Amino acid sequence: MPPKPHLALLAALLFAFGVQHFSDQFNPYYLDVLTGIGINVILAVSLNLVNGYTGQFSLGHAGFMSVGAYLSAAVTLYFAPRWFGEDGGTAWQEGGLFLMALLAGGLSAAFAGLLVGVPSLRLKGDYLALVTLGFGEIIRVTFQNVESLGGALGLNGIPPYTTIFWVLAFVAITIFVVTCLVNSTYGRGFLATRDDEIASEAVGLNTTRYKIVAFVIGAFFAGIAGGLYGHFKLTITPTGFDFTKSIEIVVMVILGGMGNTLGVILAAILLTLLPEVLRPVAEYRMVLYSFLLIVLMLARPQGLFNFKFGKSKA
Amino acid sequence: MLRITDLSVSYGAISALDGISFAIEQGAIVTLIGGNGAGKTTTLRTISGLLRPKAGRIEFLGEDITKLRPHQIVARGLCHVPEGRMIFSNLTVDENLAMGAYLQSDDELIARNRDYVFSIFPRLKERIRQMAGTLSGGEQQMLAIGRALMGNPKFLMLDEPSLGIAPRLISTIFEKIVEINQQHGITILLVEQNANLALEVSRTAYVLETGHIVMQGESKQLRTDPQLKATYLGG
Amino acid sequence: MSEFLQQLLNGLSLGAIYALIALGYTMVYGVLRFINFAHSDVFMVGAFLGYYLGKLVPEHTIWGGLAVLAVSMIGCAILGMTIERLAYRPLRSAPTLNVLITAIGVSLLLEYTGQVFFGAAPRNFPSIFPVRNFSFGSVIVTSNQLIVIAVSVVLMIVLQLIVYRTKIGTAMRAVSLNPKAAALMGVNNDVVISFTFGLGSALAAAGGILYALNYPSIDPLMGVMPGLKAFVAAILGGIGNIPGAALGGLILGTVETFVSGSQWSTYKDAIAFAILIIIMLFRPAGLLGKFTVEKV
Repeated sequence: MPPKPHLALLAALLFAFGVQHFSDQFNPYYLDVLTGIGINVILAVSLNLVNGYTGQFSLGHAGFMSVGAYLSAAVTLYFAPRWFGEDGGTAWQEGGLFLMALLAGGLSAAFAGLLVGVPSLRLKGDYLALVTLGFGEIIRVTFQNVESLGGALGLNGIPPYTTIFWVLAFVAITIFVVTCLVNSTYGRGFLATRDDEIASEAVGLNTTRYKIVAFVIGAFFAGIAGGLYGHFKLTITPTGFDFTKSIEIVVMVILGGMGNTLGVILAAILLTLLPEVLRPVAEYRMVLYSFLLIVLMLARPQGLFNFKFGKSKA
Repeated sequence: MLRITDLSVSYGAISALDGISFAIEQGAIVTLIGGNGAGKTTTLRTISGLLRPKAGRIEFLGEDITKLRPHQIVARGLCHVPEGRMIFSNLTVDENLAMGAYLQSDDELIARNRDYVFSIFPRLKERIRQMAGTLSGGEQQMLAIGRALMGNPKFLMLDEPSLGIAPRLISTIFEKIVEINQQHGITILLVEQNANLALEVSRTAYVLETGHIVMQGESKQLRTDPQLKATYLGG
Repeated sequence: MSEFLQQLLNGLSLGAIYALIALGYTMVYGVLRFINFAHSDVFMVGAFLGYYLGKLVPEHTIWGGLAVLAVSMIGCAILGMTIERLAYRPLRSAPTLNVLITAIGVSLLLEYTGQVFFGAAPRNFPSIFPVRNFSFGSVIVTSNQLIVIAVSVVLMIVLQLIVYRTKIGTAMRAVSLNPKAAALMGVNNDVVISFTFGLGSALAAAGGILYALNYPSIDPLMGVMPGLKAFVAAILGGIGNIPGAALGGLILGTVETFVSGSQWSTYKDAIAFAILIIIMLFRPAGLLGKFTVEKV
C-alpha cells in the first residue's frame, strides 16, 4: 500500500479525468479493451476480498454483477428519457444520473449479497462454492423470467454512459477501499478468519460478521462493475452472467495469487488481454486460452504473481 | 533385517528426525519409546513410505527401500499398523481383512492367514459382517493388527497399540504381539508411550528424544536405568 | 392420472440419465475429494463419439446400438483416465481449489476443442436403436425410454457388483475412506484413482448417448446443463455415496419433468439450483450421506 492512500486515490481520479480528456485521441479499439480490463479488475479485486482475503470460495460473483447491471440499466432507461428527452442531457447531467444508477446497482447487488450471504456463509469450502453457484444461477433464471426487464432477450438500448473516466475512477476506488480495508485494524479480522476460523472465534472475533461484510462489499463492487458493463455493451442478457463468467473471475483471483491485490490486478489484465492477443489465431484462441489456463495451474499452483509461497486455503 | 542410516525428516522448516541410525535383527521385538513429539511415529511413517526423508537411507533385507512408495514397501513384506489404527470404518470386518490381503494372490495362504487371525482374535470372527466403525477401540486395534497379518508380513511395525484401549484389553493385545513374534517368527518394531509395557515385551529398545536417539540397549537393563525410570517409567 | 404416469415415466428416464452422470461425480469425489468439472464434457464427447460411430453401423438395430454404446464408453474411459493422468495427478498435493480450477480449464478445453472440431451448430443424433412407440391406454412409452431405463439399470447393477464384489471395488471404497491406510495395505492409489475415472467416464459416455437419443440434437456445450444438474443430483443423494447418486438423479429428473409440464416451466432450470441450496443449507450431507464436520 502506498504511504498516503488518500493522495494516491486522488491522483488516480485526476489521472482518470486526464485520460478521459484526451480519450478522443486514442484508438477506440484500445479504449474498448481498456474498459474491458477495468471492469474485470473491479470484479477480480472485489472477489479477492471474499475469496482471497477472507477465504470464502464464492462462485456467484456474476450473479451480483447481473443484479448491478440490470438495476442500473433500469434506472437510466427509466429516467434518461424523462429527464433529458430526445436530445440527452449535458455531460454533467448524464454523469450525475449515471452515478446514481451505478450506486443503485451497487447497493442492490450488496443487498442481494446480504440475502445470499446470511444463510450460506456458515458453509465452507466446496459447499459454499456450490451454494453461491446455485444462487448465481437462480438470479439469472429469475431475470430471464421478469418480463419488465426484457426476459430472456435482456435489456437493449442502454445509454452509452460508461466512459473511460468512470471505469478508471471505479477501478481506483475499488482498489482503494479493498486495500484500506484489509490493512486496517478492523480488516485484520478478514485475514484471521481465513487463516484460522476457530482460533479467531476463540479470541472473540465475530467471523460470521467478517464474512458477511466481505461478501456484501464484494457484491457491491460487482454490482458497480455490472452497471459499467451494461452501459458499455449497451445491451445485457441473462446468459451473459452465467456461472462461466463467475469462473472467469475466480480464475483471475487464483492466478493472481489469492489475497494478493497487485497479483490479482495483473492477472485480470493478462486474462482480459489474452483472448485479444490470441485473436489472430481466431477459432483456436479459446482452445489456447483454456490450454494455457491448465498449464499455468500446473506450473504455478500458488498463483502466477505470488512470489512468496504462502499457505493458501480452499 | 532393517537398517536405518542417518535418517533425517522434516515437516517444512521443522526438523522431526535428526540423523537417527539403528538396525533390527530378524526375529526380534524391538521397541522405540519416547515422549510426545520425540519422532516415533515419524520414524515408522518414513520407513513405510508415507513420509519422504530429507536425508539418510533405509534398507530392508539388504535392499534400499528409501525411495519406494508405500504399496511397493508392503509388497516386500514390511507392514505398518498405523497410529490411530486407520481401519476402514465403512467396510465390514471381513472386507477390512480382505484389504489386508490385497497383494496376496494365493487363496490357500489367504484362508490360512485368516484362520490364524481368527484364532488369535476370536472376537473378530464374531463380528465378521459388522461395519468396522462400530467396533470398540480394542476390537479395532485387533482388526488393525489382524489386517496387517493378512498381508503375510515378515516385519511388522506397530504404532501405539495401547492407545485408547480399555486396560483389560491392553494386556491381551500385548500377549498376542509376543505370540505373533514367537509362533510366526515375524520381526516386530513396536512404538509405545507406555514404556513399562514396551520394555517388558521387547528384547532391545531405543529411546528417542526430539529427533535423536538418546539411549539404547537391552530392554531388561533399561528398565532399571535410573534416568529412564525418572523420565518415562513413572519413578 | 394418465398424464401423471406419462410425466413420471418421462421424469424417470431423464432421471436415469442424470443418475448415470452423477455416479461419475460422486465416485471421483469419493477418491479425490474434488468436483470434476470436466465430467460434463466427457458426457458431451461420449455423445459425439456415438454420433460418429453411429454412422458406421446400420440404423435401428439393437446390436448396432449396443456396439456404439460400448465403443464410446471405452473411448471415454480412456479420455477420463488421460485427463486424470495429465491434469490432475500432478496436483495431488495441491489445495483443492487449484485442482478445481484445473478441472474448469479441462472443461473449457474440451468445449472449445469440440467447437473447433465438431462446429458449434447442433447436429441431429442418428437413431442407432430401433424406434417404436408402445401405448398403454393413453400413456405412450417410446422405445428410447425403455432403452434408457434398461441400459441404466444394467449399468448400475454392474457398477454395484464392481464396487461391492471385486477387489478393485473394495480398494476404491478403501481409498475413499482413507487413502493412506489403503496404501499401507499395498494399494497403489494412483491405479485405483485412474480406474475410478475410467469407470465414471464410461458411465458418462453411456449417459451422453442415451441423452442424445431422447433429445436428438447434440452440440459441444450440451454437457453444461445436464452436468450441473447431475452434480446437484450427486449432492442431493450425498456426495461420495453411490446409491445416493442414483436416487438423487431419479428425484431430480422427476421433479424437473413435473415442473416443466406445469405453469412454472420457465423456471425448470432454477429448480435444480433451488434443490441444491435447500440441501446445502439444511442437510449438507445429502439424503443418504453422513455429515462429517470439516477437520480442524
